[in-house]
Amino acid sequence: MVGMPNRRKVIVGVGAVLCASSTRVLASAPAAVGITPALIEAARREGKVNWYTAMDLVVAETWAKVFEAKHPGVSVRVERSGSERLFQRIGQEMKVGVRNVDIVNTADAAHVLPWKRNGWLAAFVPEEVAAHYSAAHRDPDGYAVTVRLYLSVIGVNTKLVAAADMPTSFADLLDPKWVGKLVKGHPGYSGTIMSATYQMVQALGWGYFEKLAKQKVLQVQSSVDPPKKIAHGERAVMVDGGDYNVIQHKAQGAPVEVVYASEGTPTITSPNCIFAAAVNPNAARLFQCWMTSAEGQQSLVDISGQYPIHGQVKAKAGRKPLSEIKLMTENPAEIDLQAEAITARYSALFKV
Amino acid sequence: MSTPTVNAQGSTDRPTWSRGLDLSTPLAIVFALTLCVLVLLPLTWLLIYALTDTKGGATFANFKQLFTDPAFVDPLLISLGIATSVGVACCAIAAPMAWLVARTDMPLASTVRLIVTASFVTPPFLGAIAWELLAAPNSGLLNQLYRGWLGDAAAEPLFDIYTIYGLIFVITCYTFPYVFVLVANALERVPGDLEDAASMLGSSKWTTARRITVPLVMPALMAGLLVAFLQAITLFGSPAILALPAGFHTITTKIWSLFQYPPKPELAAAASLPLLFLTVGLLRMQAAILGRKSYAVVGGKSAAPRLIPLNRLRLPAAAFCFALLALPVFLPYGALLNAAFSKIPSQPITLQTVTLHNFNFVYFELSATKLALKNTFLLAVLSATIGSLLALVIAYMTSRKAVPGHRILGFLATAPIAIPGIVLGVGLFLSYTRPPFVLYGTLWILLVAYVTIELPSAYQQMRSAFHAVNLELEEASRILGATRLQVLAHVTGPLLRTSLLATWCFTFVAVVRELSAAVILFTSETKVVSVLIFDLKESGDLAAIAVLGLSMLVLTAGVVYIANRLVGGTPGVRLRNN
Repeated sequence: MVGMPNRRKVIVGVGAVLCASSTRVLASAPAAVGITPALIEAARREGKVNWYTAMDLVVAETWAKVFEAKHPGVSVRVERSGSERLFQRIGQEMKVGVRNVDIVNTADAAHVLPWKRNGWLAAFVPEEVAAHYSAAHRDPDGYAVTVRLYLSVIGVNTKLVAAADMPTSFADLLDPKWVGKLVKGHPGYSGTIMSATYQMVQALGWGYFEKLAKQKVLQVQSSVDPPKKIAHGERAVMVDGGDYNVIQHKAQGAPVEVVYASEGTPTITSPNCIFAAAVNPNAARLFQCWMTSAEGQQSLVDISGQYPIHGQVKAKAGRKPLSEIKLMTENPAEIDLQAEAITARYSALFKV
Repeated sequence: MSTPTVNAQGSTDRPTWSRGLDLSTPLAIVFALTLCVLVLLPLTWLLIYALTDTKGGATFANFKQLFTDPAFVDPLLISLGIATSVGVACCAIAAPMAWLVARTDMPLASTVRLIVTASFVTPPFLGAIAWELLAAPNSGLLNQLYRGWLGDAAAEPLFDIYTIYGLIFVITCYTFPYVFVLVANALERVPGDLEDAASMLGSSKWTTARRITVPLVMPALMAGLLVAFLQAITLFGSPAILALPAGFHTITTKIWSLFQYPPKPELAAAASLPLLFLTVGLLRMQAAILGRKSYAVVGGKSAAPRLIPLNRLRLPAAAFCFALLALPVFLPYGALLNAAFSKIPSQPITLQTVTLHNFNFVYFELSATKLALKNTFLLAVLSATIGSLLALVIAYMTSRKAVPGHRILGFLATAPIAIPGIVLGVGLFLSYTRPPFVLYGTLWILLVAYVTIELPSAYQQMRSAFHAVNLELEEASRILGATRLQVLAHVTGPLLRTSLLATWCFTFVAVVRELSAAVILFTSETKVVSVLIFDLKESGDLAAIAVLGLSMLVLTAGVVYIANRLVGGTPGVRLRNN
């Protein structure tokens, strides 16, 4: 039958978990590679790289333009969609033998596991990753590297919510005064929301979502949309969505504020993977090297305000340090097993 | 053009056409086979998938789930409810408007008619997005205005587009033109002498209207009701934008969601079939109703019906029409323009805040724009060319009964009208992701989809054009020895140039606004503008959508304008929503 091989039914291989705290350092990963003139030349001959990404469209395009300016002759085609939609599209394309994706950035780190199992990924370790990334942010076999780290937060429009009414926890959002005033993303489309939903279920249980579903929540798809909806004043509070998007809107003058829930805040690590069947493998490698370099990472942090991963990159001024925030924990291996059930249960609760 | 001229003696001044092999029969066979593949292959795969389980065994489980699982039954019921409401609402709006335009001395009647036609150009998904900008409960421009006027920022919204009523409203906005055109045309065909006779026999204006005009127009109105119902239930564009935030699925968005992870093509196929059968049934019903109208025109040529003087109501009537047209045309286009030139799409622009930033982003930073525009343009040109040529040849064969079995050709060319876009998308996906035709991932699969979807309307247009061409010209050429194809190329074809061009234009426009099949069939390399807009909607990038949507409207409106100049009338009714 057409469709994806079922990613959930395959047993997770030992050591395959991206974020496993492992003492093995780059166990079976290939030797680290830097940006060499030969790589640049080969990338230039290919001329372009197809990058499927789930990050905010403007951030992605702006960041890609910085790369293009640094390496003229290699253009980046940004294919933005929600991670879960990208995952489905890639599965569908691979199944039929359509080779479009060179490199992907997904917000659902669990996607790396089935891609690895299927043998779809190319192992590749940029020099700076080997030198400056903690084990938590690189796949031991070299198939994935975290390129961005951010949070899924509660966001508030301060014009619509008085200071005294500011929610401080997820539980606060169940108050009847928020009926019809909430907006949230959908785990069936967005990887950020998938991961956040998993983490919130771990911390708060499905009972929380059952009650939340009765609050007449405005349901949107992407995790970058709830921040827009509160920035434009369409809803007062977002239940989930990217923190960096809220911060960006705030920087542009929108009356929005991030709230770190007292129960904890879902953490999102978003990895990049190069596909083995890439049509532009050298451009993909060059792009991967640049994106994970101090220069590329600093550029992303400056553009978007996401958290630094690279040891030498400085956080954007004004961002609350992660150490001061109570965080929930990701678990890609569990999401890999549960994603289908999470979407189904969520859809049943929220009717979409 | 090498058409031989006939001299005074009656012999041609060139040797007669060489009596080559008449290729029309083999050509007809080739066309019939092509049409069979185009139409029957996807339907066959739909049926096979609907009746198999995930392991490939035969089963009715998909249908059982479809009609018992609330996740499917609810969308089905919601779609039926929406479609019924839209049908009734369309008639309620279109009938009085059509009467005012066709039968009264209302000023600016032709302008009203032109604008109704123009509203066809708006893709339903774009209309829905524009209405989101206008009537989102809090950030919607109209609601902001309303609250400003009340002076109460916390007042309940005037409109809430994120509801089932909002969706019904938006679908009605972009469906009522179908009913309008049907009813307006019917009103114009009402024989004036019947009404005159009634007046002479002493009936008042209103009695005449009630006893003569309304019964004669009723079939067109009923047909309009069915068309509107059908459009609404098979529509994907507007529900795709509004149903999710409103918190429900329609049957079309449900079918689409079955292609999200984990894909369930078997269930998608099963869910598509009721739509297909419903469409076939309703189209038959419509044909039966419209067929009955023939009694209205018995009695040869009649005088044109008289216009009813509205007197003091002339201006209020025109105002009423323009107020109604504000809903599908003026307000949404205004909202899109505002979003395109504004930093924040939901903020009314002022001279200080107007910006070209969004245009800069879409045309110089968004890396998907160029490819999508190129793909859209290429596909629209190719589909329009292939589609109208195919329609030309098939219409020739059927209207001139040129080959044995021409009826089958006509049937096959009309059959896709019964296949909703999203159903065809599913069928084509199942057909062309496997040998022998692996077309998924190429522009070919979209070309096949577009040609198939648009063939029925192109064929119907060409067929009515053929009916207008006098047979004698063709017979003369045949007597002089031309084969049928030569006649078509040198005599009939040139005579039909305008109609052919018009058909080309309308196919072009229809392809540009198509979303429902494309959204199932695209890949990143074969993305078209409608799908790009759909993807931008996912992340809520409304300003970019406004820019792309307006660009699309300028392109299609230009083509429609040219077509209208060439043929006149209101051929927009041939477009189908998707």
